[in-house]
Amino acid sequence: MKHFKKLIRPYLIWSFVIIVIPILLIVLYAFTTGGNSVLTWNFTLDNLKKVLEPTYMNVFLKSLVLGVITTVICLIIGYPLAYMISRFKEGTQNLLIMLVTIPMWINLLLRTYAWMNLLADNGIINRFLMKLGLSPISMMYTDFSVVLGLVCNFLPFMVIPIHTSLSKMDHSLIEAAYDLGANKVQAFRKVTLKLSMPGVINGIVMVFLMAISTFVIPKLLGGGQYVLIGNLIESQFISVGDWNFGSAISFLLAVIILIAMGIMKRFDKGDE
Amino acid sequence: MNKLIELKNLTKNFEDQQVLRGIDLDVHENEFLTLLGPSGCGKTTTLRIIAGFEEPNSGQVLFNGVEISKLPPYKRQVNTVFQKYALFPHMNVFDNIAFGLNIKKMDKQVIRQKVGEMLELVGLEGFAPRDVTLLSGGQQQRVAIARALVNEPKVLLLDEPLGALDAKIRKQMQVELKKIQQEVGITFIYVTHDQEEALSMSDTVVVMNEGKIQQIGSPTDIYNEPENRFVASFIGESNIVEATMIRDYLVEFDGCRFECVDRGFGDMEPVEVVLRPEDLDMVDPGKAQIRGTVRQVTFKGVHYEIMIETDKRMYMVHTTDYAEIGKNVGLTFEPEDIHVMWPMGSY
Repeated sequence: MKHFKKLIRPYLIWSFVIIVIPILLIVLYAFTTGGNSVLTWNFTLDNLKKVLEPTYMNVFLKSLVLGVITTVICLIIGYPLAYMISRFKEGTQNLLIMLVTIPMWINLLLRTYAWMNLLADNGIINRFLMKLGLSPISMMYTDFSVVLGLVCNFLPFMVIPIHTSLSKMDHSLIEAAYDLGANKVQAFRKVTLKLSMPGVINGIVMVFLMAISTFVIPKLLGGGQYVLIGNLIESQFISVGDWNFGSAISFLLAVIILIAMGIMKRFDKGDE
Repeated sequence: MNKLIELKNLTKNFEDQQVLRGIDLDVHENEFLTLLGPSGCGKTTTLRIIAGFEEPNSGQVLFNGVEISKLPPYKRQVNTVFQKYALFPHMNVFDNIAFGLNIKKMDKQVIRQKVGEMLELVGLEGFAPRDVTLLSGGQQQRVAIARALVNEPKVLLLDEPLGALDAKIRKQMQVELKKIQQEVGITFIYVTHDQEEALSMSDTVVVMNEGKIQQIGSPTDIYNEPENRFVASFIGESNIVEATMIRDYLVEFDGCRFECVDRGFGDMEPVEVVLRPEDLDMVDPGKAQIRGTVRQVTFKGVHYEIMIETDKRMYMVHTTDYAEIGKNVGLTFEPEDIHVMWPMGSY
């Protein structure tokens, strides 16, 4: 086994170059002023102070709330879905999981445009409603359309880890619970749910991570005035050109995500 | 002894395959009953029907005279020890054993006391806080037994519980299981494909094959008086010989007539005779009716397994005497060593 360890070296170098160095650069940018040369760096906390201003904090808060809502909805839809899939025969399970992942084969942008077509004021849903003689509903550029887009895009990331932990669970454990006097609800609560927690936590972490940092979906489905952290970072880098402030926002987001993951990890351990 | 469980003409199909073809069986109080048979014979399905995990397609399951075949498992007074123990990996030893009592919402103090007693019964004092996934196979098995017995079931169902253990621990657990059964004084229904396990532990052995019961009897009955070729060949080694029952107490095979102790088969009836290898003696060729040549000698530890070829067939002999290959020998046996049975498929 020992000489196989050497095979990891190219990967280590690779990940250092494309992951570690950029992160260090972001940290460096976050704590410096603009217009530095390679030799002279002016360190400052102004960028971080600016992030803490109410305008930007509101964006953070909105993103967090939206991330939590998306994660909760994904969990509410995803757990029962994963549970039902895991009850089928193995071949059927693979097929159903493939169906869940099919949307991921299509470009995210395209899928989001499809939703725009469906939800627009003169879109497919509203035209259908009008045919039925109902008044059209304005759905685009609302919290509803953004959350819908986020949930649809990230649901597979909730379903797959939960399904994995459910499907590798030994069915005789549930039979053992019945055998020891547990009814269906008790067996689910005390055995199935507990044993699927690692999958649930993985799903929560993944969906939350993606929901909190996304920018394409809120931009398209939420419209120009719909600003989340992802959009804020994007605009700082692309349109405003203030890389230092953009880095500071990224840095704070990374800290929030790390804290969230730490909480989930503790939750996982406490459960065992 | 009172009948505790009665199975009446149980059948079970899985898709188009019939796994039980009419099982009739009475299980008595305090009995150690073993369902014995090769894999796929329906023994585990029978057990799962008693536990409530499967519903029979037809037939009845009576528990103390009450039909229970539609009752869910959690309403039955039986508990199961599963093949691979099925311990809850997210709970320690104590919580595994206390699972059933916690479901019944018993007093914490009572639970602690009962779990303690069970740990003592299975010889795992002091293991309560241990992680079940880190226990050895034998220890996991003990936890599984304690987890089932703590609910004070009327019947304990055991589905090949020793299958995953190595030979030495298996022997030890056999003795212990029997001891536990006598100590708690309840009925054990035990499923195994291991004939030695069945013979050494059971009060009653039920031999099954292809979804049917072949024979029900005490271990000695099953071994000494097999009812058919399947039972004779499945339980222990045997020489099975086609024969003719001339009349009561006289049977003919290999062109010779022998006195025997069997009767009631009729006159001139085709039958089969079982001769256990350990009942055959090698003697001087002149002193026996059946004569042959030693073809193969295998040392088995306690005895030699010697294959002797006669002009009709090959006989297997288990003996502590050594014989050289190629030697001519005679085979003798006592009248009570001849076990006459009906040939397969004639009943």
